[in-house]
Amino acid sequence: MAESTTTRDFKVIGTRPIRPDGVDKVTGRAKFGADYAFPGMLHGKVLRSPHAHAIIKSIKIDKALKLPGVKAIVTSKDLPKAENKLEQSGEMTVNPMYLSMNILAHDRALYDGHAIAAVAATSPHIAEEALRLIEVEYEVLPPVMTVDAAIKPGAPILLKDLRNNEEGDKPTNVAQHYQFKRGDIAAGFKAADFVIEREFNTAMVHQGYIEPHNAVGIYNSDGQATIYCSTQGAFDVRSLSSQVLGMPVGKIKVVPAEIGGGFGGKTTIYLEPLSVLLSKKTGAPVKLVMSRSEVLRASGPTSGSKIKVKMGATKDGKLVAAEIWMGYEAGAFPGSPVAAGALCIIAPYMVENFQIDAYDVVVNRPKTAAYRAPGATNAAFASETVIDELAEKCGIDPIDFRIMNGVKEGAPQIMGPPFKRIGYLQTCEAIKNSEHYKSKLTGKFRGRGVASGFWFNAGMQSSATVNIHTDGTASVVTGSPDIGGSRASMAMITAEVLGLPVTDVRPITADTDSIGHTDVTGGSRVTFATGTAVYDAAMDAVRQLIERAAKVWEKKPDEVEFRGGMLHAKGNGVPPMSIKQLAPRFPRTGGPITGRASVNARGVGPGFATTVIDVEVDPDTGKVQVLRCTVAQDAGKAIHPSYVEGQMQGGTAQGLGWALNEEYFYDDKGTLRNSGFLDYRIPTCLDLPMIETIVVEEANPGHPLGVRGVGEVSIVPPVAAVANAIYRAVGVRMTQTPMSPPRLLKAILKHRGATQHSAAAN
Amino acid sequence: MPTVVIPALLRKFTGGVERVEVPGKSIRELVRSLGERFPGIEHQLLQDGDIRPSIAVSIDGEMATGGVLDTVGENSEVHFIPALGGGEV
Repeated sequence: MAESTTTRDFKVIGTRPIRPDGVDKVTGRAKFGADYAFPGMLHGKVLRSPHAHAIIKSIKIDKALKLPGVKAIVTSKDLPKAENKLEQSGEMTVNPMYLSMNILAHDRALYDGHAIAAVAATSPHIAEEALRLIEVEYEVLPPVMTVDAAIKPGAPILLKDLRNNEEGDKPTNVAQHYQFKRGDIAAGFKAADFVIEREFNTAMVHQGYIEPHNAVGIYNSDGQATIYCSTQGAFDVRSLSSQVLGMPVGKIKVVPAEIGGGFGGKTTIYLEPLSVLLSKKTGAPVKLVMSRSEVLRASGPTSGSKIKVKMGATKDGKLVAAEIWMGYEAGAFPGSPVAAGALCIIAPYMVENFQIDAYDVVVNRPKTAAYRAPGATNAAFASETVIDELAEKCGIDPIDFRIMNGVKEGAPQIMGPPFKRIGYLQTCEAIKNSEHYKSKLTGKFRGRGVASGFWFNAGMQSSATVNIHTDGTASVVTGSPDIGGSRASMAMITAEVLGLPVTDVRPITADTDSIGHTDVTGGSRVTFATGTAVYDAAMDAVRQLIERAAKVWEKKPDEVEFRGGMLHAKGNGVPPMSIKQLAPRFPRTGGPITGRASVNARGVGPGFATTVIDVEVDPDTGKVQVLRCTVAQDAGKAIHPSYVEGQMQGGTAQGLGWALNEEYFYDDKGTLRNSGFLDYRIPTCLDLPMIETIVVEEANPGHPLGVRGVGEVSIVPPVAAVANAIYRAVGVRMTQTPMSPPRLLKAILKHRGATQHSAAAN
Repeated sequence: MPTVVIPALLRKFTGGVERVEVPGKSIRELVRSLGERFPGIEHQLLQDGDIRPSIAVSIDGEMATGGVLDTVGENSEVHFIPALGGGEV
């Protein structure tokens, strides 16, 4: 572990207790969304469009309704009209009209798999059979599958109401143009000794969570609805479902089940409002569970993209200019993470002159959702490849080049304001000083690549309560679904403040009626923001403990101190008292003690990661084997180091899959041809080496414990690091993901042909 | 007076000017002052009387959370930037 700037003497924080939910998980007692069952429950299935782009001329449901066992069918006609207006929803913004159009297609099917109708029946098989009896008349239109195709003059328009911020009342597929600029790029490029300009394309990829989307909806005759589902944000499911269903938020309760992976993809809704609609029509609970194919076809992957990067450096290694064009596929409705990508693409570097133009483009693919540092991995693939090439031109070690140009406290961010305390350079130094980077890589067709990444991390709203029980133990209740070990972190923060063993603190994830509003588990925000609420709630409990001890001792509260988990009366002669000793006296001193806090957290500390990867390329097949991989990441303060390391390894593993194998493969009709895990190939343990981790701890001054978010940034560098390693192994610069065997072999053969041609000419 | 840094695509309202000093003790007052000086820009920043959901506000290097209600100091630097995160639902 690199040097820590968090110097406080912690007793619990920084240790590695076993996870509080571990026993339930390994014994199968943990209840996931698909495990819920209720008396009289019906089963729902969704009819999906076989066409990527089509006008829906009619939907006939009569035959399907007559099938014995079918209880109800819903189409978009059952949805209330939703407003065409942008609103805030947790980490995301939401346009209720487009959200409604994604839940059930209105007048057009806009991607292969787009939901057309939903059926509730007494068994999943009858519901499936009923789907076959629904008659939909389509007028098939040409699909628009890429950024290039969508922005071409005369391209078919997907959304007749879509207008952007620059083209007035002209229908368009470009939802938004963002621009960021500083300095004088012409003067910058004039000062450059080396200029590299390349175009990159990245494939649409999916988060690949193992548990498919699911929902059980129960609509009561009193107008109240309850939804059980797998989600990263119960409050977001509540507010989004409320908008789609036209129901007040207060009439919907969402119970977050255990979650089998999300990575950003479970921050929105698909089945949840359908389960309520079908339940309302039938009067029975209705459960829907997606198949793997449905998850890939119709949930929210992340954008494929086209990125053009031109960067210049002086021969002594100073970056002087950057000109960048980015187009991200939003899917069928606006809202790709292109703005975030634009703000990340050269964030690790001081570049005095730059212009970044970024475009959010709709295409006939599923609407994208968040995916771990949304937009940043695509961006870093482009910029970090060019940075690597410039370092090579300058004859400077790629890590040294990054250190020479890297941002530190006070440097302006792409969006303008200066960075506060950050640990980017420390991640570079940690890699530079690692045993891995110092080791020699030998052997033919082997190469080593490095790359860095940036992610903002998020704050937002969280609530927590800390209850002190009558035996002096405690529970901590939050509204953050645990997707990465946050139960352990919340229990540890509570235990640290209260001076209790962590086993004396029980962490609870509550439903939307049982805790104050809490935004989504996303943006690497839970340990930071919900952790702040937990810290404040525990401190509130401590304040009350002091008041109670003062009562017992007949002193004033300012004559009592709480330290080391014990209450001390100032002055001599009074023995200290533990929480366990005080707890039985709660009834006589004012009743139960509950600490409470709600925050809209400020003081977010951004995250950086730097990764080094060794690969071996088979020059006859183009297959890449990852030999070794080390990632250094700034955590601020690692509350539970094992979970921080787990996040770093998980993000890196997903980045390696993105680099080497994963892609949405559509045919020329816009039909997804690899909608299963056999053909959409996420990495397995056989594909990866042990991922080594170095946790850098540059304390975030905006958090009481120094915490930054750690869940996302490690996914950002691997794609570029692999590309840079491949270059050093076989001499080809890869500019398209995935760098799969056929694609790499083609590049190797082209390079070999060019080299032989050049040798013959000489 | 506080300094407001104008986003690149809104500089068409300010004649290309990137940094402007305008009077105000809150974001609401700053936006009003901007609107008086650069007609049209107020509409780009506000929706239903508050900061648009697609826009975030940074005050002195800190992402603000109070929309038009946030207060600013005499020497504050305010940036209007795209709201970050996972995109749009």
